[in-house]
Amino acid sequence: MSAPGTVETRPPAERTPPPRRPRRGGRRSLRARLRRDWPLLAMAAPAAALLLVFHYLPTLGNVIAFQDYNPFVGDDPLDAFLNSEWIGFGNFEALFRDPLFWDAVRNTLSITAFQLVFFFPLPILLALILNSVVSGRLRGFVQSVVYLPHFFSWVLVVTFFVQMFGGAGLLAQEMRQAGLQPWEIMTNPDTFIVLVTAEAVWKDLGWGAIVFLAALSAIDQNLYEAAAADGAGRWRRLWHITLPGLRPVIVLLLIMRLGDALSVGFEQFILQREAVGREAAEVLDTFVYYQAISTQQWGLGAAAGLFKAVVGLALILTANKVAHRLGEQGVYAKS
Amino acid sequence: MTAQLSGAGPVPAAPRTAGPPAPPPRRRHSGRPVWAGRPSTSLTIGKGFVLALLVAAVLVPLWTVLVTSLASRGTIDDAGGMVMIPREIDPSAYITIFSGGDVTQAVWISTLVTVLGTTVSLVLTVLAAYGLSRPGSVAHRGLLFYFLLTFLIFPGLVPSYLVVTGLGLKDSIWSLILPSAISVFNLVVIRAFFMNVPAELLDSARIDGAGELRILTRIVLPLSKAVIAVVGLFYAVGYWNAYFNAVLYIDSNDKFPIQRVLQSYILAGQSPNVSGASVSLPGVTAYPPTLAVKMAVVIVTVIPAVIIYPFVQRHFTKGVITGAVKG
Repeated sequence: MSAPGTVETRPPAERTPPPRRPRRGGRRSLRARLRRDWPLLAMAAPAAALLLVFHYLPTLGNVIAFQDYNPFVGDDPLDAFLNSEWIGFGNFEALFRDPLFWDAVRNTLSITAFQLVFFFPLPILLALILNSVVSGRLRGFVQSVVYLPHFFSWVLVVTFFVQMFGGAGLLAQEMRQAGLQPWEIMTNPDTFIVLVTAEAVWKDLGWGAIVFLAALSAIDQNLYEAAAADGAGRWRRLWHITLPGLRPVIVLLLIMRLGDALSVGFEQFILQREAVGREAAEVLDTFVYYQAISTQQWGLGAAAGLFKAVVGLALILTANKVAHRLGEQGVYAKS
Repeated sequence: MTAQLSGAGPVPAAPRTAGPPAPPPRRRHSGRPVWAGRPSTSLTIGKGFVLALLVAAVLVPLWTVLVTSLASRGTIDDAGGMVMIPREIDPSAYITIFSGGDVTQAVWISTLVTVLGTTVSLVLTVLAAYGLSRPGSVAHRGLLFYFLLTFLIFPGLVPSYLVVTGLGLKDSIWSLILPSAISVFNLVVIRAFFMNVPAELLDSARIDGAGELRILTRIVLPLSKAVIAVVGLFYAVGYWNAYFNAVLYIDSNDKFPIQRVLQSYILAGQSPNVSGASVSLPGVTAYPPTLAVKMAVVIVTVIPAVIIYPFVQRHFTKGVITGAVKG
């Protein structure tokens, strides 16, 4: 990332830091560089425009959280936005007084915490097991099978669970034939948190292991050899070489998970909300959906969405700062 | 240490060539390295058990659904529901869902959205990735920041919904494509690959008078087939699996994608008000929803992923990791 030529030409007496940005082709005029680079800009333009419309514009649109937004005071959303009344933090006050909102926050946080404990370590374990499988063919087979559910939609995942564990599913069927009372797995609010975690594990366990497998394959084999020569057994090698080798990746993924603490996923919960009831299955995302789009309380829904976005951003920045303190790279390392 | 030659593990390892000392392998491809001792038997059995369990957890549901979708009414009645052991093959469930009706229509819509969307996404992403792959070009840093900033800020559901409907995309299949057309993560993955193309190659092409577009299509793209394939699969799977956007934006039954139909057709009995609107169960009036027909819809929904998957699977690790590391 450094262009040596540009730095050398500066007089050394100058105390200003050397220019960070490498200038391709030295100091040409902006116009000359534009003439040279315009095709590159033109190539990036369509994607940039799409992001502007479908990402940045809605981000700015979050200001309707401070409005009593009413789609009927205008001909289109923009017109309605211009004509809607500004009410300051009124939506937030209503939101924070709403016990349903706090239910959703609590559900979201418990699911995140539960999955952090019962899901997060599993891909690491799987990667360690797979990595220790000597036969390449067996490893390849297992990998292809366990990656597969990652490519299924949530609708499919829930469908598979219903067909296996639901009231008319395979398990209930077998239990009935054995004269047992089938379990209520799919509709039980008390165990819903286990169910959603099991679904998430089924879908993404294998996929989550990929990045750890890659990190494992990047560990210098000579370290193991040297440790073995020094008499370190299997478990000591795991503890002193493998786990430290995985540490940066683990920290990185942990940060990303923490930054996402308030989003546990839309579809999984929308799909099962009716079956287990709102008390257990309402998370922040579904709360926003039902407040805004179903019951047309746009301002309230936007306020909840903005709350989630701001807290999420704060979480990811904080987690990253902590990671830097711990001497890890974090998500956006200073390159 | 005699154990290392026998290649411990749940299955016998590939035969090792004992003779010439090959260069030290980075990955153990053919057996256990000499210094690694043999794991205890209980450890080996435990690992084998875990792996077998995982494989079964994926394959048993798939198998059961497939067999049930092909089972005759009698077989299903005998089993009392889901069938695990096939007795007679009866493709009538598939004939039913493909002889017109909502499922056929939904498969067509989903195919259209997937093909159209993947094309749009790949073209735009590749162009942008190439446009951003030259450090030092005009506005390079600013543009890159503009793209990467999307990782940190989240637009929120309500404003997104208002923008999409405000653009008149409500109830149009473009509402399933345009809002999700650019994945910045995929863009970063492709860009990382493009940046690995040797600069000398590009310079020599430039000297020969090739423009940027020609360099991209003639030199850079052929070198990046693997990553394009993987990213294409990611996009295609995303479009095929799109469900929530359809709930949000699609109102008319004849534009429902397959996931939406699957949900209302199979899960709706369990959660009828899931979409927030009352859904007139597509297909229910057209033919009796036997278990085989339901499972056939599941299989149809699974199939595209399973078909494309083996072709790109070997590129996964490379593609995913390059992006993650270089990004």
